[in-house]
Amino acid sequence: MAYSEKLLEHYENPRNVGTLDKDDPTVGTGLVGAPACGDVMRLQIKVSPEGVIEDARFKTFGCGSAIASSSLATEWIKGKSIDEAAGIKNSQIAEELSLPPVKIHCSVLAEDAIKSAIEDYKAKRAARLALDASPADVATSASAVSGAAAPAN
Amino acid sequence: MALKFPIYMDNHATTPLDKRVLEAMLPYFTQDFGNAASRTHAYGWHAEAAVEDAREVIADYIGAESGKEIVFTSGATESDNLAIKGVAEYYKGKGNHIITTTIEHKAVLDSCKRLEKEGYTVTYVNAGPDGLVNPADIEAAITDKTILVSVMLANNEVGTIQPIGEIGAITRKRGVLFHCDAVQGFGKTPFDVRTMNVDLASLTAHKIYGPKGVGALYVRRSKPRVRLVAQMDGGGHERGNRSGTLNVPGIVGFAKAVSIFKQEGVAEAERIRGLRDRLHNAISKELDSVFLNGHPEKRLPGNLNLSFSFVEGEGLMMAIKDVAVSSGSACTSASLEPSYVLRSMGLDEELAHSSIRFGLGRFNTEEEVDYVAELVIGKVKRLRELSPLYEMHQQGIDIKSIQWAAH
Repeated sequence: MAYSEKLLEHYENPRNVGTLDKDDPTVGTGLVGAPACGDVMRLQIKVSPEGVIEDARFKTFGCGSAIASSSLATEWIKGKSIDEAAGIKNSQIAEELSLPPVKIHCSVLAEDAIKSAIEDYKAKRAARLALDASPADVATSASAVSGAAAPAN
Repeated sequence: MALKFPIYMDNHATTPLDKRVLEAMLPYFTQDFGNAASRTHAYGWHAEAAVEDAREVIADYIGAESGKEIVFTSGATESDNLAIKGVAEYYKGKGNHIITTTIEHKAVLDSCKRLEKEGYTVTYVNAGPDGLVNPADIEAAITDKTILVSVMLANNEVGTIQPIGEIGAITRKRGVLFHCDAVQGFGKTPFDVRTMNVDLASLTAHKIYGPKGVGALYVRRSKPRVRLVAQMDGGGHERGNRSGTLNVPGIVGFAKAVSIFKQEGVAEAERIRGLRDRLHNAISKELDSVFLNGHPEKRLPGNLNLSFSFVEGEGLMMAIKDVAVSSGSACTSASLEPSYVLRSMGLDEELAHSSIRFGLGRFNTEEEVDYVAELVIGKVKRLRELSPLYEMHQQGIDIKSIQWAAH
């Protein structure tokens, strides 16, 4: 497979590999793909109160293109607002890495991973806000929230 | 001794020419370059003599009765096509059912698919999880319309050696012709068409340190006499079985490669098995969650097909780019489908994606094996650090219990 220099660079020296605390309320976790497909990406974001992505981490089970796509994704979303990050298109990732046609789906998965992380963050935040809005019955709300906010993964 | 990169460990795909084979071939390009079918001059006679000698060498090695039973072709793909389509066409008055396995080479499977389009029925028997075909399953599939059974001697992906002798005994008893694609096993595991009751066998030169572009089909001439409809029409070469000017240098090289196996094959198999086991042991000692695909003993001496859980095959191959190997991962196939052989063995898809096939051969050394073992161990560890699945495994999460949102 003839890979571009940028792709190889991301593969050899991936950026932002690691894990953020899933239970941290400012962290959103996206987990997409499936082992049966040979591609699994976990992308996590830490979001500031202003809605800016302060930090991002990823781990990927997949080929060189998948690893490079997710590495690039974490690099791009850092410093962006979650709305800006949600606007990142797979075609941009594919172009940046010069992905061969048969590997385009890796960039699609990376886009999905970003969106999945954002959605998870938003869901957790909404649940927290709901909790804060009704402090009267904190005990029952808390158990309801922890049930409702369980991430899809 | 300095290592030469990339280190070649893909001998199931092809092999380099042995220098002795190259030497044997050279005179036939510019000196004895005659067409073996030219009856009227010495150039032709020399070429013909070389071909006839080659026939005898190959026939003798596989236990055939005579060189007349060897039909030279352009390679095993052509031999497979000739055997399957040639037999099907000739015997279609007798029946229209063929039995083969799901782990055969594409040359066999696609030939069968073509026959299905023409009205034949084909039963594809599954291999078990250890990559072995059960002779009882073949027997159970035989009907009074069955005209051919085709089972490979050894599988190219997992190296498993099939029970050809047992299957041959069954087909002989039931009066059905038996074709064996012997490409991967030839020279590396015992193969005798007489004792194993094989009626047709596909052979190729380029997996035994011979040249590409030449192969043969063994066609039994007595008890029973096997007939075929030729697939290549023309000058009637090879007793009408396969027209086309013979690749004399290729045939000479093929026979030389075979005679080297006759002299050195048994000792070589043991040496290569030792190297393969050394590689396997070194890797297993350092890494957890590594699985051997295919039967541990009934496999070719040079084959090591391993699944490295939590790491994807193409990603790993990129990491060990100094080593030439192949993978059963979908990412390495043009169709994005993981290896059909591993799937038909019932292997978990995730493990199919994580598989690497090492094919050791004549020219691999202990030094290379040690280098590769260390490289693989290091890279797998690195990729596992990048893998969310490995992290989950370490935390004791059962990956199979997760609902994946596949796209």
